[in-house]
Amino acid sequence: MKRREFIARSALAGGALSMLDVRELLARPARADAFYFQAQEQELAFRALDVARQAGASYADVRVSRNRTQRVSTREQQITGLSDNETMGMGVRVIADGSWGFAATSGLTADELDRATRQAVAQARANAVTQLRPLELAPTEVNPDGQWTSPISIDPFSVAIEDKVALLFAANRAAMQVPGVRFVTSALSFLREDKFFANTEGTVTNQTIYRTTPGTNVTAVAADGSDFQSRSSTDVAPRGLGWEYVVDSDLEGNAPRWAEEAVQKLSARSVDPGRYDLVLLPTHLWLTLHESIAHPTELDRIYGYEANYAGTSFIYPLEDYLGRFRYGPEIMNVQGERSSPGGLSTVGYDDEGVRPRDYLIVRNGILVDAQTTREQAPWLADWYAQTGQEVRSHGCSYAQSWADVQFQRMPNVNLLPHPDRDVQLDELIDGVDNGILIDGNGSFSIDQQRFNAQFGGQVFWEIRNGRVEGMLKDVAYQLRTPEFWNSMDLIGGESTYWTGGANNDGKGQPSQSNAISHACVPARFRQVNVINTGRSA
Amino acid sequence: MSYLSREDARALAERVLRFSRAEQARVTIVSGDTGNTRFAENQISTSGDVTDTSVTVTSAFGRNVASSTTNRLDDESLRAAVQTSERLAPLSPENPEYMGELEPRATPERDAVVASTENLSPETRARAVAEVTSRAEARSLIATGYTVHGTASFAVMNTRGHFAYQASSNANFTTTVRTPDGTGSGWAGAGFFDWNDLDAADLAARAVDKAELSREPRDVEPGRWTTILEPTAVANMVGLMMGSLSARSADEGRSFFSRPGSGNRIGDSFLDDRVTIWSDPMDPRLYSSAFNGEGLPNRREVWVENGVLMNLAYNRFWADRQNREPTGFVSGYYMEGGDATLDDMIRSTERGLLVTRFWYIRGVDPRTILFTGLSRDGTFMIENGEIAYPVKNLRWNESPVFMLNNLEMMGRPVRVSPSESSGLSSAVHVPPLKVRDFTFTSVSDAV
Repeated sequence: MKRREFIARSALAGGALSMLDVRELLARPARADAFYFQAQEQELAFRALDVARQAGASYADVRVSRNRTQRVSTREQQITGLSDNETMGMGVRVIADGSWGFAATSGLTADELDRATRQAVAQARANAVTQLRPLELAPTEVNPDGQWTSPISIDPFSVAIEDKVALLFAANRAAMQVPGVRFVTSALSFLREDKFFANTEGTVTNQTIYRTTPGTNVTAVAADGSDFQSRSSTDVAPRGLGWEYVVDSDLEGNAPRWAEEAVQKLSARSVDPGRYDLVLLPTHLWLTLHESIAHPTELDRIYGYEANYAGTSFIYPLEDYLGRFRYGPEIMNVQGERSSPGGLSTVGYDDEGVRPRDYLIVRNGILVDAQTTREQAPWLADWYAQTGQEVRSHGCSYAQSWADVQFQRMPNVNLLPHPDRDVQLDELIDGVDNGILIDGNGSFSIDQQRFNAQFGGQVFWEIRNGRVEGMLKDVAYQLRTPEFWNSMDLIGGESTYWTGGANNDGKGQPSQSNAISHACVPARFRQVNVINTGRSA
Repeated sequence: MSYLSREDARALAERVLRFSRAEQARVTIVSGDTGNTRFAENQISTSGDVTDTSVTVTSAFGRNVASSTTNRLDDESLRAAVQTSERLAPLSPENPEYMGELEPRATPERDAVVASTENLSPETRARAVAEVTSRAEARSLIATGYTVHGTASFAVMNTRGHFAYQASSNANFTTTVRTPDGTGSGWAGAGFFDWNDLDAADLAARAVDKAELSREPRDVEPGRWTTILEPTAVANMVGLMMGSLSARSADEGRSFFSRPGSGNRIGDSFLDDRVTIWSDPMDPRLYSSAFNGEGLPNRREVWVENGVLMNLAYNRFWADRQNREPTGFVSGYYMEGGDATLDDMIRSTERGLLVTRFWYIRGVDPRTILFTGLSRDGTFMIENGEIAYPVKNLRWNESPVFMLNNLEMMGRPVRVSPSESSGLSSAVHVPPLKVRDFTFTSVSDAV
């Protein structure tokens, strides 16, 4: 391992040990009897595998899952929604005649599962009429008893609804006390997913996955009704944690700041368009990283599989890019991790039963790998042979529920801290004569090959001669991915590392939502094109 | 048939409500099948068939309200869902906006299930896909795409005895055909209720032609361009305005439709006087939702007539607060057009752009319904009344309100596939448009 890479990894481990993570380390390991799916559902799953084999499938996997979600939403001192939902069922995926088939049903009876399994096999055979190349799956180890549970301290479903409502009302009250604020909404959402997986190769896994999403949005309206501005709590990201994360998020304590910033935006100066140096905080940069690095390195996109919706990638043809393409400067290391503490995509096993390992996608600024499933890893066989690596899935298979077929979805994709030293935000700002500091993610849009993007934010601060001055508004920057990341000249160190993320990353047809986190550091970009988005009707 | 019939839905709803101990309760049931097939690199990549029924119970004690959903239909699970909502509701503060359950009332009645769609098999889907992939392959092009269909029923019943039911079929087919060198891409798609209305060969021909015509696009200057928008691109824009029709947001001062000072802009002329847009759940071209999740009937609503804002969407609470009747709601819409053909628009254009569809459309400024997005899969330069050459895709920052004030020509409305993800969508009929001064702000190298 090169020194930089070693330091990068060490930095990650060191930087990640916040108070939250100490609790995670103390979290109890999963116990087999703690899992939701026990003998009855497991028997049904094994039966489906047998039926698939008898019907002629050369491979099959079964996922039985239950998604329980709870959402409490409010505005001002009113409740606007309170729901507690669950959906449960089984999805069977097969290979027959060299093609995929998939069927799913919420009817968990032997007869219904037999029907769905035979339907999946028949579907695969029907699909084979267009087949040009039969499927090949990368070999993987058998995990006969895989178990994993999100490292939570307090089960969010065990906390009383009254406490959840009281917490939101307290945050709303704190926001409304700021003069000029007219509206505030807030919500808490929780997911517990119980997932049992088995395949015909002998892998069997049982997992319990939690996600927790606190959020607030404050709107200020000008006294004369001529303007309104909102501030979302984007510095509180969703996480794969429990109730303890809600407590740490301190919506009530943060609400006055969000409220004051919403009011301040009403009188902020409208930006003059032009080229500026940008200092992007992690609360903002995670989304730029997501759109312009995590998405274009999805291997199915690169091969054109998502051309009809999510798009392809500027990384094409791949062989011209792997090991050659300079994504950014030497200090840039981007890692795929389904192990990140509290990450939304963090799991023990992916939806093909593969145990994911952390791996670098960009090493010292150079593109070195992509995101893969078992079907896709063999597409990189030449590159892996050339670089002395095994052909193995990176464990990026995911389906949002039992009713959806699993396919390649991004892991947590993280921009690692500065490899050599603990650079602070002040140093990034010091070096800027005419720039903008952007806090929080806002409007975002990027083309279908991930070249041209436009990003807004929550709050924009003018930087003059190394000092943060007044607030700006109507700011959006436009970028072309390769030039943008190569204009990055300094990034924060390990103590500035922060994790953002989203629950609703859409891809696939039918479109499925993936939940992913992106940890990153603040970073400075030189001479980026900024436009003014304000127009009058 | 694996969606619940009217009788079965009623029986299930009654079974659920028998467990209810709340002062008021409502059950909503969604049941049905969906199927899909995807293709890439000229072969089917994945597919799926899903059967599901979900039951949502909403329980109220006074104005304390909560809901719970399950998809397990045994008595024990249904009772548990009812009890969950009944346990949560009293823990919740009063919701002053809860309007109580509706008295029984007539809802629009129609049978919109189509046998060809309901009984569609994976084999039939695969044959339609082969119509496209074989045509692409014959021209050494690469086809990617997706077809999806569903037949489902939706029912609402409450403890005051109101029951509403509808069942419908819907389908969608889209394809993107690319050149192997990655420099050309063409798209075609359609939404339809009846699978027999799908003309896969025609969609394939359009996407194939566009892919070939769009090879090696040239640079183009961003700026304000006379632009011809094919119907899909029009729907991409107009849908943004149709999603901003909340009367409440307007009255609260946080919408384009707010009147500075107070109130809203109903009655204002705000678009070109050729613009008329309506929705109607009973129109066979739309067959949109006949009632909402409360069981409140939808109805014909003219939102914009000759450029004048005729109404905004009032839910029961806001209508009550403003002393108005609740309105219908947008679930599919029809935008009236004109007589121009796409060819007429091209022939009349000295210099302009032609766009096929838009992508990654995201809000920028709600004060003006300003959004950003990009063109994709077929963007062309028009010079001297002809398509001259393909151009690179462009990012735009534009509002449907500005666009519909800059109208030059309108064509005949057609049903489109309006969603970016090509999912099943309420029917949207819009015309192709020629507009001036469409604001493009940068060029993209993406093909």
